[in-house]
Amino acid sequence: MKRQKSTNEFACNNSSFDLLSEELVLSILDKLNENPLDKKSFSLVCKSFFSIESHHRTTLKPLRPDHLKKTLTRFPYITHLDFSLCPRVTDASLSTISSVCNKMLRSIDLSRSKFFTHVGLSSLATGCSNLVEMDLSNATELRDSAAAAIARAENLERLSLARCKGITDMGIGCIAVGCRKLRFINLKWCLGVGDLGVGLIAVKCKEIRSLDLSYLPITNKCLPSILKLQYLENLVLEGCFGIDDDSLAVLKQGCKSLETLDISSCQNVSHVGLSSLTIGTRCLRQLILAYGSPVTPALADTLQRLSALQSITLDCCPVTCSGLKAIGNWCVSLREISLSKCSGVTDEGLSSLVTRHKDLRKLDITCCRKITHVSIAHITNSCTSLTSLKMESCTLVPKEAFVLIGQRCHLLEELDLTDNEIDDEGLKSISRCSKLSTLKLGICLNITDKGLSHIGMGCSKLMELDLYRSAGITDSGILAVAAGCPGLEMINLAYCQDITDRSLISLSKCSKLNTLESRGCFLITSLGITAIAAGCKQLIKLDIKKCYNVNDTGMIPLAHLSQNLRQINLSYTSVTELGLLSLASISCLQTMTILHLKRLTPSGLAAALLACGALTKVKLQASFKSLLPKPLFEHLEARGCVFQWREKVLQAELDPKCWKLQFVDVQ
Amino acid sequence: MDLKETPKKVPPDHQSFNNFNLQQYQQKWEEEDSSIQDYNMNIEQSQFPEFNQRSEANPNNQTKIPEWDPKAMLSNLSFLEQKIHQLQELVHLIVDRRGQGPSRADELVAQQQQLVTADLTSIIVQLISTAGSLLPSVKQTLSGNPSFGQLSGVVFPSGPNFNGNGNKVSDQSNHVDLKTEQNWTEEHESKDEEDGDEGENLPPGSYEILQLEKEEILAPHTHFCTICGKGFKRDANLRMHMRGHGDEYKTAAALAKPNKESSSEPMLIKRYSCPYAGCKRNKDHKKFQPLKTILCVKNHYKRTHCDKSYTCSRCNTKKFSVIADLKTHEKHCGRDKWLCSCGTTFSRKDKLFGHIALFQGHTPAIPLDETKGLLVGPSDKMETDEIANAVGFAGVNFGSNISNGTGVQNVGDVKRSVDDDSASFFSPLSFDSSNLGGFQEFPRPPFDDSDTSFSYLLSGSFNYARKNGGECGSNDLE
Repeated sequence: MKRQKSTNEFACNNSSFDLLSEELVLSILDKLNENPLDKKSFSLVCKSFFSIESHHRTTLKPLRPDHLKKTLTRFPYITHLDFSLCPRVTDASLSTISSVCNKMLRSIDLSRSKFFTHVGLSSLATGCSNLVEMDLSNATELRDSAAAAIARAENLERLSLARCKGITDMGIGCIAVGCRKLRFINLKWCLGVGDLGVGLIAVKCKEIRSLDLSYLPITNKCLPSILKLQYLENLVLEGCFGIDDDSLAVLKQGCKSLETLDISSCQNVSHVGLSSLTIGTRCLRQLILAYGSPVTPALADTLQRLSALQSITLDCCPVTCSGLKAIGNWCVSLREISLSKCSGVTDEGLSSLVTRHKDLRKLDITCCRKITHVSIAHITNSCTSLTSLKMESCTLVPKEAFVLIGQRCHLLEELDLTDNEIDDEGLKSISRCSKLSTLKLGICLNITDKGLSHIGMGCSKLMELDLYRSAGITDSGILAVAAGCPGLEMINLAYCQDITDRSLISLSKCSKLNTLESRGCFLITSLGITAIAAGCKQLIKLDIKKCYNVNDTGMIPLAHLSQNLRQINLSYTSVTELGLLSLASISCLQTMTILHLKRLTPSGLAAALLACGALTKVKLQASFKSLLPKPLFEHLEARGCVFQWREKVLQAELDPKCWKLQFVDVQ
Repeated sequence: MDLKETPKKVPPDHQSFNNFNLQQYQQKWEEEDSSIQDYNMNIEQSQFPEFNQRSEANPNNQTKIPEWDPKAMLSNLSFLEQKIHQLQELVHLIVDRRGQGPSRADELVAQQQQLVTADLTSIIVQLISTAGSLLPSVKQTLSGNPSFGQLSGVVFPSGPNFNGNGNKVSDQSNHVDLKTEQNWTEEHESKDEEDGDEGENLPPGSYEILQLEKEEILAPHTHFCTICGKGFKRDANLRMHMRGHGDEYKTAAALAKPNKESSSEPMLIKRYSCPYAGCKRNKDHKKFQPLKTILCVKNHYKRTHCDKSYTCSRCNTKKFSVIADLKTHEKHCGRDKWLCSCGTTFSRKDKLFGHIALFQGHTPAIPLDETKGLLVGPSDKMETDEIANAVGFAGVNFGSNISNGTGVQNVGDVKRSVDDDSASFFSPLSFDSSNLGGFQEFPRPPFDDSDTSFSYLLSGSFNYARKNGGECGSNDLE
């Protein structure tokens, strides 16, 4: 005690930071949210900062299960544990959590973790009795016994069991009985769960707000009890093939509180079934009917009585002109319409639709290949408050039409013009949309640096820019964007073959950049990568496939500076085992694609794989499979790493200009 | 551990101390069984070749064989008629007196009632015995009639079937008998006990109420040898037995079914009362619901007012007082794979879910083989033990919620099943992990259906996690 006191005094004498009041330090900590590493640095300032930070932190995202006990003891107020970066979570880890966190813990995410069983879950559920949220998605190994263990978490409100294929009605029954307070449950792809389990959930858990039953083998038998749920707001029945019109016709009463309904890919449900499903639903706001029945006037009439409807998704439905017109005649004004990949969308139908729904905020007309200048003119005329417009591959729309978008829709935040005829004039016009944050210009072969510079000057809030295979772009365009859009987080320069290190050096000023894709930019060297590593500390994903000139010298700064890097693609580069080994110092590196690294030796690969402790997915050439000892792979798999073996042969790069032509031919 | 609390370790005399009558009855029954076996053996030695030959020579002449004496029947019936008339007069008298004045003293009423009951009983017994002598002949004409099957099943067993050759005679009759019994129980087990007549709404007074005494009901034998006094269930068996007492009993006439005349008068509807005072089936009960047949009486009395002395050899858990019930159960035991935390098993999943939806606190029970599931890696072993201890502890705590009596019974059963060979199936590791299967968590249902509770303590073919939960409880008790 005495000694501790003296060290405290010592610290006081030596640190002016201790003069700050704790409240002040805490309020500083509150603002440190951008980079997860900031808090780490903060806690290293001095002992009092360390202790304040330890008591301030409520969320923990561990990378390794190794020192869990110590870590958890250090942070006594952890309420949320996120294991999405930690592939190996064993029963021992869970029991540690249960004994250390005890009643403090409210939420745990195990969706990316493996190796735990019902034993660990049981101790977790009994120990952490205040657990409110649990994400167990992708736990394909879990069986009903695990569900029975989960059922002990009485206070659970949110539970995700997506892809828990081993759980059956029996397990779900346990959960339904045990977790009476459930509000949100996701059972997507739980193929073992049928009518009985779902029905019991609906009978026992009266508080349910959200129910995701996608792809379950359920029929209409469980629907009556689901629709009786008083507070149900969100119901997802995507891909429930067992539900059909005939069975729905029996339903006398829909769910009154329902706000969102997803019945996409329900092949056997037409507007008839939909109408019986929505009887009495007054507050339905969002309807998702993707991959469904044809959009006809009958369907439109059925939906017309949904007076609160704001958003409708009709992706991939066969659309008739009269159907669109009928939707256009509704008295409600929709906010969101999605007609992505709908065959049959014509200028006539779309025009009459958009002229009525003037309040439209989001419009998705991806791959509506029949629409032309006319539609765009109507859209821009009536829907001036659009914030999102997605029109990938509307190939008949001429370049002049894009000028209209910039002229009339100033509120656009998201614009997808992938594979369109837009040119520099269009870009210049679009640069007026000062709120633009996402701009996709992939495969726009008519744009050049000139147009892009306008974007760089006008759209200062740009966060995401996609220039995939827009071959006309060179360094100067990127320079303008990098200078004008400091908030850039994601950029795709893949196959813009004229891009050099200069672009990367300029992009290194964008300190928030987290995703950089520069596949096939063969002029890029390690110098550019070094610049990026130095400037973009938040880099999470880096794809430099086919950047033949990048070598180990690029990897070393990356390894030292990009401590947030999780995903890297190094295929075809000149990186050797040395570079790979150095990457091991990136503690959260999870995904690595390393195909066709010419100078990579088996032993070097083995060393690198062993050194990178957090790996969850590695793409490797199949030839390595026989060159390395089996126990090595077994060991790595036990750590939670999955191997994907590829046998692709080296491919010659296509000419960017003719790439699209070839692509079209293949189609 | 206290001996009393572990049925498994209890010596047999302990049981007989508890239910002496039953034990006795059981022994008698067993005796008879062995006698039947002897008798079978005798037959197999074909003591009666001439009989065989006769039946072989005359295979199609079935109707003629069971001859009966119409004269004897007639005299029986007239005697019965007389008795009924006497009784009628007596009842008339009672009715008249009641109508005249204020109600009599209770004692007198009770006496009258007893008198009437005794008379009625004797009439019934005689009537039935008279009718019973007719049965084989009836059987050939009415063989599809289930009510008849019931009668022949236990009360007045049918005589041997003479169709086959001699060796098979008793086998077959036994066989037939069993079948009818089983059919009966199967039919009724699906509903509630004696539910069959629940629906019938006979206005009181429109039928005759008969009440057999407890001893009569529990008597294993209804036919007795006049010479040596040995009792038999079936008169055919008695007749076969009689052969040993002299050649006069070996004649075809003596061996043949004693015959009876079918009564020409329409029989009064008869219903039966259970002799157990306070029972709903007792005629003094406010909401008296009569039993339909004597077989119903027998089964009802055994099921409701007797100890369950037949234990299922498969699960060692379920107990029955009617052997036919046991046999029915044994046919299905182990096939009811849908299990609720309350111990009730279901042969269909939707039935289980309906049950769970209906009751608070009930939950599906996951079989142990699944709970065992994945083996825990050695590196985690120590930690796992810790968890197991922790959870086991929780389980024990919870165990205190279980009511004392049943809890203890639970322990005993568990011991037994663990002692079984099948118990070697558990490795220490699986014990640890299976402690976490945790069914102690769930509160006991408010009611305790003694018939079905703890059926989860199945052994052998059915290894449910609960067993180990119980085991941990038993350790605690020791």
